[in-house]
Amino acid sequence: MSTATTHDEHHHGAPSGLMRWIKTTNHKDIGTLYLWFAFIMLLIGGAMAMVIRAELFQPGLQIVEPQFFNTMTTMHGLIMVFGAIMPAMVGLANWQIPMMIGAPDMALPRMNNWSFWILPFAGTMLISTLFMEGGGPAFGWTFYAPLSTTFAPKSTDFFIFAVHMLGFSSIMGSINIIATVLNMRAPGMTLMKMPLFVWTWFITAFLLIAVMPVLAGAVTMMLTDRNFGTSFFSAAGGGDPVLFQHVFWFFGHPEVYIMILPAFGVISEIIPTFARKKLFGYSSMVYATASIAFLSFIVYAHHMFTTGMPVAGELYFMYATVMIAVPTAVKVFNWTATMWRGSMTFETPMLWAIAFVFLFTIGGFTGLMMGVAPADMQYHDTYFIVAHFHYVLVTGALFAIIAAAYYWLPKWTGHMVDEKLGKIHFWWSVISVNVLFFPQHFLGLAGMPRRIPDYSLQFADWNMVSSIGGFAFGLAQVFFLYVVIRTIRGGEKATGQVWEGAHGLEWTVPSPAPYHTFETAPEVK
Amino acid sequence: MFANTLRRTLGSLWGAAILLVAGNAFAGFSDTLNLRQGATDISHKVYNLHMMVFWICVVVCVSVFAVLIYSIMNHRKSKGAVPASFHESTTVEIIWTTIPFLVLVGMAVPATTTLLALEDTRDSDMSIQITGYQWKWKYDYLDEDISFFSVLTTPSEQIEGAAEKGEHYLLEVDNPIVVPIKKKIRFLITSNDVIHSWWVPDLGWKQDAIPGFINDAWTELDKPGLYRGKCAELCGKGHGFMPIVLIAKTEEDYAAWVAEQKGAKAAEAEAAGKTWTKDELIAKGEQVYKTNCVACHQANGQGIPGVFPALAGSAIATGDIAGHMNIVLHGKPGTAMQAFGAQLNDVDLAAVITFERNSFGNNKGDMVQPSEIAAAR
Repeated sequence: MSTATTHDEHHHGAPSGLMRWIKTTNHKDIGTLYLWFAFIMLLIGGAMAMVIRAELFQPGLQIVEPQFFNTMTTMHGLIMVFGAIMPAMVGLANWQIPMMIGAPDMALPRMNNWSFWILPFAGTMLISTLFMEGGGPAFGWTFYAPLSTTFAPKSTDFFIFAVHMLGFSSIMGSINIIATVLNMRAPGMTLMKMPLFVWTWFITAFLLIAVMPVLAGAVTMMLTDRNFGTSFFSAAGGGDPVLFQHVFWFFGHPEVYIMILPAFGVISEIIPTFARKKLFGYSSMVYATASIAFLSFIVYAHHMFTTGMPVAGELYFMYATVMIAVPTAVKVFNWTATMWRGSMTFETPMLWAIAFVFLFTIGGFTGLMMGVAPADMQYHDTYFIVAHFHYVLVTGALFAIIAAAYYWLPKWTGHMVDEKLGKIHFWWSVISVNVLFFPQHFLGLAGMPRRIPDYSLQFADWNMVSSIGGFAFGLAQVFFLYVVIRTIRGGEKATGQVWEGAHGLEWTVPSPAPYHTFETAPEVK
Repeated sequence: MFANTLRRTLGSLWGAAILLVAGNAFAGFSDTLNLRQGATDISHKVYNLHMMVFWICVVVCVSVFAVLIYSIMNHRKSKGAVPASFHESTTVEIIWTTIPFLVLVGMAVPATTTLLALEDTRDSDMSIQITGYQWKWKYDYLDEDISFFSVLTTPSEQIEGAAEKGEHYLLEVDNPIVVPIKKKIRFLITSNDVIHSWWVPDLGWKQDAIPGFINDAWTELDKPGLYRGKCAELCGKGHGFMPIVLIAKTEEDYAAWVAEQKGAKAAEAEAAGKTWTKDELIAKGEQVYKTNCVACHQANGQGIPGVFPALAGSAIATGDIAGHMNIVLHGKPGTAMQAFGAQLNDVDLAAVITFERNSFGNNKGDMVQPSEIAAAR
């Protein structure tokens, strides 16, 4: 955990001991805390995925009861979304945004501390529901009413409180990022000169501020329906169960872009570095990101094509949804054009970034297929959608986070990552993740619904293949933990520049980055 | 016509390609690769749309990947590549924004016509109401006086691995929904508790069953046949265990089935009139318990602590018989305990209550006659 403790020639260094981490207002310390929290959650959520894949290894009920199986799918989703991917992205933002825009720290350092320290409590509360009477939430990470209200276990109230706390944390983190980007840029760093990672996070922060309160509204209505006699989502009391889905997906659809936009930013940093060529179409990348963010608000009901919407509504949401393919395609084309006639080398971060481009594209195409409403009447709620969103969130968002870790670890720790180990991790992961998720396309098309603990016999073969891939992919991430710890402990000394083709302010400071950087603002030309 | 043939050919090529990759070790791999073409005009339209969009995606994907792979192979530092300096071009950006847009417009046209056909429930010949329950389906034939529940029949021994799994494991029910062919059938779909989703893949669509809402959908089958499906929306712990079996019959066979259903109803009324012995009631009650109660209260009557209460030694099942009848008949609002008065007939209710009072160590020794249930309704 001593990522930023050494090399502090000028100025007060990092305090030592536990209180350093509890009281810290340093963006690098807080970034480290976020990243470790996310990693722990990744392993916990991953362990739940292993339970799911073990139960689905064969038809029949072997390992867990159906109720506990539903708890596992629910908690796996919640922990991966709110505990792993989002905090990891915030951790990257904390470490990198100040260094990339030449700021000494985040604009609101005390709030930064608070927004992190809410997380472990929210996470613990969420996980503690597993040990409560009646078990944890078992209604899917989308917690549709009335299964999550009238028919849910008592622990649901703790789940609601945990979601509120996670929301506070995200909103505060976003305010901080917006304030930092708007106020703390070094002289000469105009908005259109900002690194793309900063841009994507800046736009993501607005999405978060817009939709986290909507999620809070949804869970608050659940809370009052459950405990105070209201009937927002209860048809018997004059309420509307479909209203829940509208409110949830108004949050939920921007939420998926919240998880992927910073990933786009990471990839847009890595590819130019290793292609030794400037990012192609910088300004169109910024506009494409903004377009995707805008579109994310007006397409949400494509998650609800089978709820009995009027045809006009289905047509509108279908047209709007497939339009997202345009800015997304522009992004993929721009990455391709950046690589075209570059001078590429394939260090570990570049391998992960290239895998991202290939595999995210596959996830994007299945997304397009599901945007076509009549076909979605078949795809909806099957393993096809499970395959789709794992391609965009695992080989998309998670791969980008891992790529970012390999890319910036030398800057954070002062040690180069052992390339051999990094490459083993890469090939192990990229093969197993496809064995894990690609067959799920087949299962979904052939008619296997999602969220079932047991299945009819025609699905047995592909489920077994998928489970084997799952176990291998899970183990690969434990290996990643080993690689990270080894890099923190030692390894070849990193230079300030680290990567030959890297550009940007973070590469002008020594490695590891001193505890305080850019106390005097650099001049950007 | 040519386009359809081409699509089918390409569809089988795709299947064949995957087969080679998978090595065809088991037949199961190849049976479960693609969407089913289904049995109706709509399901064929949906399938063709699916294949069209799929091939557009494959073509674009392969083109982009080809460029990427070419670049990765050739534009490497190790091959002495020198980076070019170009990094923007408004013309290129406009071109690759416009082309995907036009492709999407091309896709939207058949998608729109298919959607409009799929949602057009006008001019139907008959209506069947489908109601989702935790965890079974109820079918009400609105034009006939026919109404029944449809429950999974796969024995729990097969699920728990104590017996070999049958061919239609988790896809078999006691009372399938029966429909005539060559009639436009409108389904009115709703739910009694949480949201379910009624899905027979061969019909080409699924439709959510939502409490307080009535959604509609339709189908028209050309040939007699048997089609299987499942609940597609998470509805609690029995979500994986509420399949659908739909049987399409010719008009004569369907008429015979309707007559048979009506005859069964008369026999049922007769059974309710006679006086049953305690052993008869317990034996029948055990069957009723296995189909309707076991999912929550469990085979040993212990329930699931904190979620579903135990019947063994419970105050209700060992207390006043009127209270026991009341909760089974009317349910407990706000909980998963449904009002079984609306679901089961007098004989079944009398039998299951008698069974519960004389099992799991509840040795009450008393019994309920169907006539008493009728009086308590």
